[in-house]
Amino acid sequence: MKTLAIFIVLLFGGLLIYCTLDFPSWGDPQAPASMHVSPRYIERTMEETSVPNIVTAVLADYRGYDTMFETIVIFSAGVACLFLLRIFKRIEPETQLYRHIPTGITLRIAKGAEPPRESREFERIDLMWVPYDLIIKTSARLIVPFSQIFALYVIAHGHHSPGGGFQGGVILGASIILFAISHNLRSSFTRISEKFAVLLCGLGVFIYAGTGALSIFLGSNYLDYGALSKIFGVDPVTARSHGILMVEIGVGICVMAVMVHLYYNLASAGRHDEGL
Amino acid sequence: MNELISIIMSKLNYWIYIVLMMIGLYAMIAKKNLVKKIIGMNILQTAVILFFISLGAKNKATIPIIIHGHAAESHAIQATDYINPLPHVLMLTAIVVAVATLGVALALVIKVFQQYQTLEEDEILAQLKDE
Repeated sequence: MKTLAIFIVLLFGGLLIYCTLDFPSWGDPQAPASMHVSPRYIERTMEETSVPNIVTAVLADYRGYDTMFETIVIFSAGVACLFLLRIFKRIEPETQLYRHIPTGITLRIAKGAEPPRESREFERIDLMWVPYDLIIKTSARLIVPFSQIFALYVIAHGHHSPGGGFQGGVILGASIILFAISHNLRSSFTRISEKFAVLLCGLGVFIYAGTGALSIFLGSNYLDYGALSKIFGVDPVTARSHGILMVEIGVGICVMAVMVHLYYNLASAGRHDEGL
Repeated sequence: MNELISIIMSKLNYWIYIVLMMIGLYAMIAKKNLVKKIIGMNILQTAVILFFISLGAKNKATIPIIIHGHAAESHAIQATDYINPLPHVLMLTAIVVAVATLGVALALVIKVFQQYQTLEEDEILAQLKDE
């Protein structure tokens, strides 16, 4: 099996390296990929959409359908993960562990006994006992809000700098996952519950598709943001820029929710009780 | 000799991506562990992404964001001043889709582990044969 694999891989690699001799050399401005549609994007984006970042304009306007279905692919991945892993039958564990935070003593509560109320002094911890770590929790608490603000900046400033819905959404999701890793799954459920995350997955796709449908209602084609000028009260070119922003916000919400939801399901193998 | 060096310099990036792709493909074919197969799939995806990005490069060009965007109406925008935005758009979505497929693949792996208590391919096949 191994020799066969090496043979196949070397065959493919050799053929591909032979083919590269016909490729355009690296950085060639006359390369075929840069000759046909791409100069038009570069030269006309500014006057057609009023968005300096060409990548954003091509992503959300010229290739709007592609990006919409890309968002739906991500949404479907979140839903597929839910259907594959989620176990709805909740099995209560035999014992529960509570930590008394000021002293660091762990209490083991037998089944049927009354647990202490959740407060500043007691917190419930996972059955796989983890030590209380002040440094990790404090530094995560410092990093999370700043990374969330940065994520919102990346989404909102995607017109003028590298960024956009996908990148900002991933940073936003990563900040929430960082919170869940540094504390535990239970405390991140109190911030963003499973229902809320699934709802946001759908909401993101809905915002994207809704922006497209809004253009139909205003008498234009699907995802033709120029029609939104009647709502925003600006000329059609600036309305395209606003429409791109709406779509990017939808993408950002969807990506963020799917990342968080994937983490919830994978970390706890679908039981949603305790995890990493 | 000089000709050979110029060929190597202009194609070296493609060769690196092909080597990366070969590593990923080998891991997908030969490794027995399912998680290692998924890692191989990710290496292969990374090679494809790097290949696409390098197709968009142009000498003496900058990133595809119009300089002084809203004040630029007066002077013409030259296509040779900006690198090709199209591969960036395609790979931007491909990266996020790669993460999503990774999530689904890991979910499937967790299900396989719950069923068979192992992730080694030959042990799973042996268990399937016994049934």
